[in-house]
Formats: sequence, C-alpha cells, structure tokens
Amino acid sequence: MTGARDDTAPPARVLSRRRLLLGGAAAGLGAATALGAERAVAAIVDAGATTGPAPEQLHGAETIPFHGAHQAGVTTAPQAHARFIALTLRDDVDRSALARLMRLLSDDASRLTAGTAALADSEPELAALPSRLTVTFGFGPRLVRIAAGESAVPSWLGPLPAFGIDRLEERWSDGDLLLQIGADDGVTVSHAARMLLKDARSFATVRWVQDGFRRSRGSERSGTTMRNLFGQIDGTVNLREGSADVDRLVWSGEGWLAGGTGMVVRRIAMNLDTWDRLDRGGREQSVGRTLDTGAPLTGTREHDEPDFAATSAAGFPVIPEFSHMRRARSDDPDERILRRGYNYEQAPSGDEVSDAGLLFVSYQADVSAQFVPIQRRLDELDLLNEWTTPIGSAVFAVPPGCAEGGFVGEGILS
Amino acid sequence: MRTITITTTTTTTPAAPTNGTPRRRSRTALLAPAGAAVAAVLLLSSCSAGSGSPSADPSTPSSSQAEALDVSDAWVKSAESGMSAAFGELSNTGDTDITLVSVTTPASSDVELHETVADESGTMVMREKDGGFTIPAGGSRVLEPGGDHIMLMDLAEPILAGDEVSVELSFSDGSVADITAPVKDYSGANENYDGSDGEHSGHDGHEG
Repeated sequence: MTGARDDTAPPARVLSRRRLLLGGAAAGLGAATALGAERAVAAIVDAGATTGPAPEQLHGAETIPFHGAHQAGVTTAPQAHARFIALTLRDDVDRSALARLMRLLSDDASRLTAGTAALADSEPELAALPSRLTVTFGFGPRLVRIAAGESAVPSWLGPLPAFGIDRLEERWSDGDLLLQIGADDGVTVSHAARMLLKDARSFATVRWVQDGFRRSRGSERSGTTMRNLFGQIDGTVNLREGSADVDRLVWSGEGWLAGGTGMVVRRIAMNLDTWDRLDRGGREQSVGRTLDTGAPLTGTREHDEPDFAATSAAGFPVIPEFSHMRRARSDDPDERILRRGYNYEQAPSGDEVSDAGLLFVSYQADVSAQFVPIQRRLDELDLLNEWTTPIGSAVFAVPPGCAEGGFVGEGILS
Repeated sequence: MRTITITTTTTTTPAAPTNGTPRRRSRTALLAPAGAAVAAVLLLSSCSAGSGSPSADPSTPSSSQAEALDVSDAWVKSAESGMSAAFGELSNTGDTDITLVSVTTPASSDVELHETVADESGTMVMREKDGGFTIPAGGSRVLEPGGDHIMLMDLAEPILAGDEVSVELSFSDGSVADITAPVKDYSGANENYDGSDGEHSGHDGHEG
C-alpha cells in the first residue's frame, strides 16, 4: 500500500540518534567526502551534544488508502492492534439490504481510514488519529448466497475440513460478514469498530469479536517477524508484499472475487502453563528453530534455508521430522499462504495463569489448494500440537477493493 | 468520500434526469422539463467542501443562491414513521448572503427548518426557525443533532439505513438545489419539540 511511509527510522536509541545525525549532516553537506571523516564525526558529535533530545516520532496521522484494486489490510504491513468481528446477518436481510449495508460501511471505512470522522460520527475527535487504520471486509458463504446465489460461492468458502486436533467452539467460529480492523493505536481501533457496528446494527448482530496485538509501532523495525507468546519467531516463511508470488497466490483471478482473496481465521489456544514445563532445547526441537534468532536448527540466521538432511553425531536429523517447520513445509511452491496473525490473551480462569494464543490469519487465493494441505500435514504430525489447540475457525471471501464513490462488494451487490 | 449530486435550477421546478446516466456520477448538464431553465449538475465531494462550482452555462444566472451553495456530509436519520431530520454542512461559496427558506422531499409531505434553543426553563427545545437559515457570504452553517436541522414532520414511508433521500432546497431568490443524502441509524437527535406539550418527545423512538 502506498500511503504508509516506510519505517526506515532507526530504533530510538542514543547510539542510533548519533547515526541519524551523521546521516543527515552528510546529506546536507553534499561534499562531505571532501572532509576528513574524523573531522566530520567530531563536528557532528559536538553538534549532537548541544541539541536536545531527538524530536518525538509521531505516527498517528499516517494513513493507508482505503480505495484501490485490492482491499487494504491484506498485504499492508501488520498494525500493532487488530480486531476481528464476525457478524450474523438478520433474517430479513436481502440483497438490496446488503447493498445498503456495504455502502454505509464502505463510506465509514473510507472516511475513518483517512482520519476523518464518519458521517453521523458522535465522537469525531476519536477519528483524528488514523494510525494506519485499515478496514477489511470478508464475506461468509451465506452472505454470498444472498447476494448472488449458490453458484457465486467459491468451492472453498465454508467450514474447513474437520481436523483431528480441532476442538472448535461455536463462539469463535464462522460468520456471515467479517470486519477486520487494524491500526497502530488501540483507541483508533475501538472507535472504528464502534462506528462500523452502529451502522451494521439494523442489518446484523455480533457473532464474535477477537482482539489481537503485536509489538507496538516503533518498538522494533517494521517488517520484523513477530514473536508469538511462546517466545518463538513465528511466520518466517511467508509471502512478501510486492513479490510476483503474492499476485499469483494471494489475489484471486476468479469471477467476482478477482482482485480479492480467501481468508482463514483460526483461534489457536497456546497452553503456556504446560509449555512452561518444557526446557529450552525441547522448545527449539518442537519447532525446528532456535528461540533467539529464529534460525533453523541447521543455520545461524532467521532466513537461512533449513537443511533437513543434516544429522547429528548420533545420526538423528538436526531438524526433527516431527518439528513444526518440517511439517509445515511443502515441496509444492503453490502450497503457500500469506500469514498475518496476531497474539491474543484473555483473563485466565480456574488455576490457569494464562489463557492466550494466536489468532492465526492467512490469505490465499484458494483455501482448499493452499491452506488445507498445510494444515493436513500439521494435523497428522506436529510436535507443537502438544501445546496448541485450534478452538475457533472461520473462512471468508475477501472481495476486491473499490474505487472512490464505490463500495466493497459492489461486484455482486449492484 | 461520498459524492453528493446537486442540481441547481433557476425555477422551482425540479430538474428531471434525462437518460439512464446515474445522477450521482453525471457531470452532464441535465435538461429540465419544458419551460424551465437548463439545469446544471455539479458533483461535490464531502472532503473538498467549497471546491464545487456550477458548470458554466450562459443561460443560468451566475448569481443564484443555489449555485453558491455547497453541501457536504449530508445525511438523514433513519425512522420507521413519524418524524426524522436531515443534517449536513451548508457552505456559501458566493460573495452575498444566501437564505434557505424551504425544503421539500418525497420522504415527507411536511418539512420545517428548525433551530434548537433553550426555553425559559433552560431545557433545549427545537422550534421552527423564522425566516429560514441564512448562510453568510463565504461562510457556512452546520445542521447537526442538537442544533439547526431540517425536520421531516411526517414520513411517507420508512426510511432505512443506507437508503438515499432526495431533498430539494429552495432559496429566497427562488433558486433551488437538489441533493441526495444517505440515511443513517442514529440514536441521538432526540431534542424536545417546543409546543408539543409532551405529546411526542421529539424524534425519539423512530429508529429501525
């Protein structure tokens, strides 16, 4: 997405500030090379000593365009906060009502993501800091059926095949209309969610809400692979925005969904209390990666290619056969997905000290062809299953984006 | 950003769309019914208030109040029956004051211009605004819940969230502007109606 400024600012530390100052001064001088490097450094350090603290970096005004060929919030660099809301359409909602609903919600989203109050926004001041707000809409099978009939429902749009490891709860599963609201500011997310729900109220009821979080904006460099609450670097192997793979494997080319995508949302409980009993070696074996850098057990850096053939002195594979990384990996390059998940945590109950997990979110043009084979392998064997349990599951069709004046879903609603 | 179609005419006869061109998108001048002056259609964007101006048309006097009007963020509160209200920001792009004197809409047979004021007891009440709404030259007037608004006194049929209501604004010089405004659910805008004696408590209880 073009509206967001790429975060190239160095981490806010004293050391980095000096580097920043150096860079700025060198650019300003132009002919800095003519100066002795040492002299230049001395001049800058002097200058740095007399300036106050670096100006605070504010991100609240940053926007991600709502309009475009694709909906925002898919290949957009993940924001710090996200709320996923699944709605159940009221019984009397027909096709024309759906068009009215999506027109209203698209108008709200286009204004709020620009940092403007929504129409009839009773708290307009809360809209002033968009903080890279995106609002992404996903359609469940019932909505598509009402809008355009059975033939318009993609074959993969519906509950996933039952997996042996699943312990799905209805309160985290399925839905007719999904609102994915992401921003680097939790207040922004809250306000946008409320505004959208006020406009959805006469058309739908809330089925479930799932909140997720990542590291705050500015804590670490953008694009850093997130850590889940097990402490693991999670999602190293991922489709990258701007690659040809994204065009082919994320964006659909099929019918009304062309320019859209398929979305899987799974709530995966992570049993931190039993994970606590596992030592560091065991934790790394379960995934096949080191905990500190996320490197494969055969490598030294996060993005090193794993060597599955490498064996230990005792003759065992260095990356165990049962490890999550080994099992998730496919030999078929088409069996790849764009992951964009979040951590979740809620109040523990009983003797627990944690009730937490991962909101697994992935986008793929064809859920059956890309996501399901990966999940099948993990269902059959993955040591990580010992500590993780899928408790919610939902699949949505994410329509293409809309132009200014249009609305999301107009391809099947107008 | 929502676009709002505004049709201005120099008579009180509403302009009629000629062909299948959607009015919201059209930049083409529409032909008014026989005998009426040619109308000009303008597209105004809510995020660029003030940028709209009538398309050049020599047969339309350049000084009409309707042409100086710029409407942004117009909306109507949804209601099943009875009363409702329309809101938005009216801007005057011209260099003389303009006065909105009356409003008509197919949504309600009876429409009044209301202001909200404090009565003797300090309670905020709404009442009909004598003389209409004046929008000063180069200025604007915000119609909003709790303030000035256009009151739809008697809805012909339910107006539902996401519907579009067409509204015709008439000015003191006889010029007219047509706008369409989306309908939104809204829990507020429940001011007491001055003179109702508690018979009906304002706009309350009509949301779908």
